[in-house]
Amino acid sequence: MAEIWHGLIKAIELIISLDPEVMEIAGRSLRISVTSCLLASFICIPLGSLIHFHNFRGKRAVINIIQTFFSLPTVCVGLFVFVLFSRAGPMGGLGIMFTPTAMVIGQMILITPILLGLTISALSGVSKEIVDTAISLGASSFQTTVAVLREARYAVLAAVTMGFGRAIAEVGCAMMVGGNIRGFTRVITTTISLETSKGELELSIALGIILLSLALIVNVALNRLQLGYSRGK
Amino acid sequence: MSLIEVVGLNHRYGERKVLENINLKINKGEAFALIGPTGAGKTTLLRLIDLLEVPASGEVYFDGIHIPKSGRQRLKVRRRMAFVLQKPQVFNLSVYDNVASGLRWRREEKDRIDKKVNGILEMFGLEGYRNRNARTLSGGEAQRVALARAMVIEPEILLLDEPTANLDPGSTAKIEQLVSYISEQGNTTIIMATHDMPQGQHLANRIGVLLDGKIVQTGDAEQVFRSPQDEEVANFVGMENIIEGVITANNQGMVMIDIGGAAIQAVSGYPVGEGVYACIRPEDITLALSRTQSSARNSFYGKVTQVTSFGPLSRVEMNCGFRLVSLVTKVSVEELSLQKRKEVYASFKATGVHLIKRRDG
Repeated sequence: MAEIWHGLIKAIELIISLDPEVMEIAGRSLRISVTSCLLASFICIPLGSLIHFHNFRGKRAVINIIQTFFSLPTVCVGLFVFVLFSRAGPMGGLGIMFTPTAMVIGQMILITPILLGLTISALSGVSKEIVDTAISLGASSFQTTVAVLREARYAVLAAVTMGFGRAIAEVGCAMMVGGNIRGFTRVITTTISLETSKGELELSIALGIILLSLALIVNVALNRLQLGYSRGK
Repeated sequence: MSLIEVVGLNHRYGERKVLENINLKINKGEAFALIGPTGAGKTTLLRLIDLLEVPASGEVYFDGIHIPKSGRQRLKVRRRMAFVLQKPQVFNLSVYDNVASGLRWRREEKDRIDKKVNGILEMFGLEGYRNRNARTLSGGEAQRVALARAMVIEPEILLLDEPTANLDPGSTAKIEQLVSYISEQGNTTIIMATHDMPQGQHLANRIGVLLDGKIVQTGDAEQVFRSPQDEEVANFVGMENIIEGVITANNQGMVMIDIGGAAIQAVSGYPVGEGVYACIRPEDITLALSRTQSSARNSFYGKVTQVTSFGPLSRVEMNCGFRLVSLVTKVSVEELSLQKRKEVYASFKATGVHLIKRRDG
């Protein structure tokens, strides 16, 4: 128990003193997760709109598959990216294995189903009458899509926030494709995993507190968005 | 030339036929009301005219131009129209942004948008709501925003689908005033669907009756409400007295109709022996306590069976050997002490009787 207390106090000291290593790791975590989340959003929001606004054979099956992948195990994604980008893999020539780029790609794959699925369900929440209103006021197909996305903005932002939360909190993929290289690919989750196994609790707890704080910020933001959405309704 | 022409339009949802062989011409500047009961196909017809849906078969012409079933031409034509839906629909944006939407989609310049939106907000009495989120407005206010949003784009055709169906009387009056104003300006052709017959009567110059997906009669309010084409239309337009009979005499256009014991006089060209329905509007029947001398050629003695009041009027049902319904003022009910079993004389003019030829006659 004393060890935990000691670790906790030390951790708080590390945070308050803005310890360079802690800040560097936390900064990298944020950079990688924000990048993966933004890139995935750029792909998933238009793609989700495309799926929502077009009727095609097997649409229901596609949505079911997307929803199934919500709980995609991070290590599976890690394995997939590893196989893809390892030296002997089909894209090994790019030489991005064990780099932040590979970690971004891994996180993007991990959160794509969440962003895609939640974007589709956010758009489904907009009434057919609103779509008709936009069309009847002379909106083109693209303008209608933008108008509907704007109507569903709170729910879409909630989807993006959820994706970010999943990206920053995952450890399996980051470890497998980043390699947890100090000063290069080491992020909060991989550091906690490594330091805990070494018995170095102070750094782990400090980073754990930062990760929890980030989760809290994400959660508060999510709640505020949902509050704004229900007020808007 | 007609602004809108619909030729042989048919539409179905799955196996259900919604519209059948609709042929309709609507002229520039006209205010046309489509009346019909719920489920008659009014909304579907408006949606097809606004090019929100593609008909199963048939053609739509806008200002003489044939509208294709797909392609950019549809958007171009749709941008010359505006549609206000039955349920007030507003975007989750400020009132200003709601009203500006259509102009922005037409890529109008910011200054022009500002000028037009502010002008229309003032005209519709919405200037005080400019920055308010439109979702926080009442139903009536939201419908005014929807109407302002439609009118700001200066549409050649304004389509209104039961614009006051969900509103309180105060809001209904405001919307009707605005529609009436738009109609008076004469720049906008209005096509309005309603099941509220008085509304159709006072807002439109021409009315089309849509029953079971078919347009069964078109004409001005007088024609539709006083001279319905068949029994179905008569029933729908509130012709409460529809009495079956046979013409027994025709004296230079003044006919005598035997309605099973009693006889009604009417003005008609139908020959003797023709089976007809004699239709009398309830407001055309006057009541008195004794047989009075008047120009009314039809006068029947009867007993009141029911008095129902609604608003300033009362509906009096009588048994005169046949059933008659009269619509009188509340004051008349009080003056004549009308109540159940009261003996009265019901009178109506021969010119107040509209005859419809019976299909089986």
